[in-house]
Amino acid sequence: MIPLSWYLALAAALFCIGFYGVLSRKNAVAILMGIELMLNAVNINLVAFWRYLSPENINGQAFAVVVFAVAAAEVAVGLALVISIYRRRKTVSAGEIDLMKW
Amino acid sequence: MTTESLIWLIPLPPLLAFFLILLFTKQNNRLSHIVGVSAAALSWLFGNLVFLAAIGVEHFGEHPFTSALDWLPLGSGALSIGVLIDPLSAAVLFFVAWTVLMIFIYSIGYHNFGQPKGDQDQPGLPPQGAIEKHGKDTHNVPSIEPMYARFFAFIALFAFGMFTLVVSDNLLTLFVGWEIMGLCSYLLIGFWYGKESARDAAMKAFMTTRIGDVFMLLGIVALYSATGTLNFREILYDHHVLDVLASSPSGVLGLSAAGLIGILLLIGTIGKSAQWPLHVWLPDAMEGPTPVSAMIHAATMVSAGVYMVLRMFPLLSAGWHHGDPLTEAMLAMAIIGAFTALFAATIAFTQRDIKRVLAYSTISQLGYMIAALGIGAYVAAAFHLITHAFFKALLFLGSGSVIHGVEHGVLHTDDHVDPQDMFNMGGLRKKMPITFWTFLIGGFALSGFPLVTAGFWSKDEILADAFANGYTLVFITLALAALLTAFYTMRQITLTFLGEPRSKAAEHAHETPRTMTMPLTILAVFAVIAGWVGIPEHFPVIGGLIPNWLHDFIGGTLLEHPEAVDFNMIPLLVSLGVALGGLLLGWLVYRNVKAGDEDPLRKPLGPIYSLLENKYYFDEIYDRVFVKPAGRFAKTFSYMFLDRQVIDGTLHWLARQSFRLGGFFRNAIDIPIINRPADRGADITQGFGRVLRLVQTGKIQQYMLLAMLITFGGLFLFIFSTLR
Repeated sequence: MIPLSWYLALAAALFCIGFYGVLSRKNAVAILMGIELMLNAVNINLVAFWRYLSPENINGQAFAVVVFAVAAAEVAVGLALVISIYRRRKTVSAGEIDLMKW
Repeated sequence: MTTESLIWLIPLPPLLAFFLILLFTKQNNRLSHIVGVSAAALSWLFGNLVFLAAIGVEHFGEHPFTSALDWLPLGSGALSIGVLIDPLSAAVLFFVAWTVLMIFIYSIGYHNFGQPKGDQDQPGLPPQGAIEKHGKDTHNVPSIEPMYARFFAFIALFAFGMFTLVVSDNLLTLFVGWEIMGLCSYLLIGFWYGKESARDAAMKAFMTTRIGDVFMLLGIVALYSATGTLNFREILYDHHVLDVLASSPSGVLGLSAAGLIGILLLIGTIGKSAQWPLHVWLPDAMEGPTPVSAMIHAATMVSAGVYMVLRMFPLLSAGWHHGDPLTEAMLAMAIIGAFTALFAATIAFTQRDIKRVLAYSTISQLGYMIAALGIGAYVAAAFHLITHAFFKALLFLGSGSVIHGVEHGVLHTDDHVDPQDMFNMGGLRKKMPITFWTFLIGGFALSGFPLVTAGFWSKDEILADAFANGYTLVFITLALAALLTAFYTMRQITLTFLGEPRSKAAEHAHETPRTMTMPLTILAVFAVIAGWVGIPEHFPVIGGLIPNWLHDFIGGTLLEHPEAVDFNMIPLLVSLGVALGGLLLGWLVYRNVKAGDEDPLRKPLGPIYSLLENKYYFDEIYDRVFVKPAGRFAKTFSYMFLDRQVIDGTLHWLARQSFRLGGFFRNAIDIPIINRPADRGADITQGFGRVLRLVQTGKIQQYMLLAMLITFGGLFLFIFSTLR
């Protein structure tokens, strides 16, 4: 059986890729995609820990399912916001959406 | 509704009208006079209903209408406010209600309702006339009074004061009504406040009557402290109270308590009824519009003075019985009244102003009543008060009608003569027939024209009383005054109405509108028939045809009903002689006065004439003795010393000290201890804000980065610290 640490390394790598995407990309849709990656990295962690540490309980899987559901909802709201901003300002660049500054 | 509750309602409509007009309808002249006249009509209706109820009661004097409720709570008990209608107040109520209503209606015409607005008119001045166009012609017509609505508000308040005074059952509410009238007379005499003479006259009337009022208030206070009540029935109809008052000394000038109180109250009457020596305000009060003169001189204010002494007669005469020597208060009344009657009559026959003649005649007639009361002729005084109210209101309204007609002529012809000067009139009987006939009736009533007129019966009764009871001096004085009265009345009628016009204005005079002649006609009827209720029973031929109802009715007001005097030929002949002789003389002397002529009496009388013409120089004497020194005192002592130095100095010193104290507090406490720390706190907060706001860039990825750095930093610190 593959040791637990490999899963954790994969998840950490995935999280870092996602986080890098969130910080570096200007396109709002790409930022949302980065967030998805980070969420899924967490999911891997949850499922791996469940499988290796307490397979007799169902809580790890339940957490993962809740994260999926929340992620789906979040993307739906996020994309709606992006489209709305695009309609008004003809741009989806995060750098140009800076109304809330001092 | 019971009669008592009706009495409560009598004074209220005019008060309501006053507020309604001032608060709501002032802009609308028609609405304002409708409100005013209907209020007067309501009071008239209530008053007459009460009067009718009163004459239907047997022995009304013993069972008057009364009703009272507590008003001002005092230490022990309370001052009550209440109404009382007994025979005296019922009779007074009757003539007040009638004359007030007539005066209200008359005012509509007198103030030119329905005429255009004048271009030159402004509030505070009499209307100057307006130009009216008929095709190509233009001519001057009278214009409506600029303060028309306000006039009705004022006379409504005046009527309220009088009705309150008449129906009240105690001296305090009587005094309240009395003072309300004092205020209103000030407002109304100064109604045309743009004229300096009107302002001065208003002030004079107010100040002069105030002198009387102060003494009257002292009398009221003295009465209250002596008896503990001000209710008429509790004082005046209680033998015990009256005897105690009459026998206890007051400690002033050896007078009894009743004498002192009586004399103090009498001084109030002297001020209000314009008796010598406080008579000076009344002729000047002619500055007001004519309905005001009638209101003040006939229906209300001056009658109020006589009404009050009539009311208080049991107190004034406490301890006196028929045939005894007079009490001090009565003696004072007899002397002042008789003197005033003659004194004012002598002035009246040199005056040129039609209203001033009537003003002096009023003073003289009021003197008659006071004198009559002074010699105990209670019923005769009340009788003369009633008849005088009717014929004097008639005469004043008639003179207003004459002035109005002549003013019309002045406007029409542009002949600027004084429309009140009788020497500019003449021949008006053809131009103003209704005014002439009614004025003639009023004038004859005033002079006591035999048998027909009301004035004859009341005046005759006073003279008969004076003669029968042996007050010969009073009798002679009053008879002489009656002679002069008849003379100056005929002089007035002759100069105004008879002969030929003496100016172009008089030639073009015009009869006045219906609203003015109608009241004249009604009052003229009363000036005749009001005397028939009091014809003595033993009068030759016609005595007893109509029972002497008035004597029993009014006499019932007193506890001891006064006896009617036996008939005697001498006073009757005297009163016939003076009336007819005076009238004849007046006509003979003045029938041939031409335009621009002097008064025919000026030459034969010489210096006496100018003495009379200048009213015995009373105005000048008062000015020299009282007014000027008072002014000087006010300026040097009150203003320069007391006000400017003592009071202002103290206040300035106080202000400087407060200022200094305030400066100390500010510099020592407020600025260093409170202001500085607060300012520092604000500065620090502001500095933080200035730095921290740099974080808010608005760029989402920078926030994220920042969040990551802080999280990692925190994590690093946490791990580092747990490892160690």
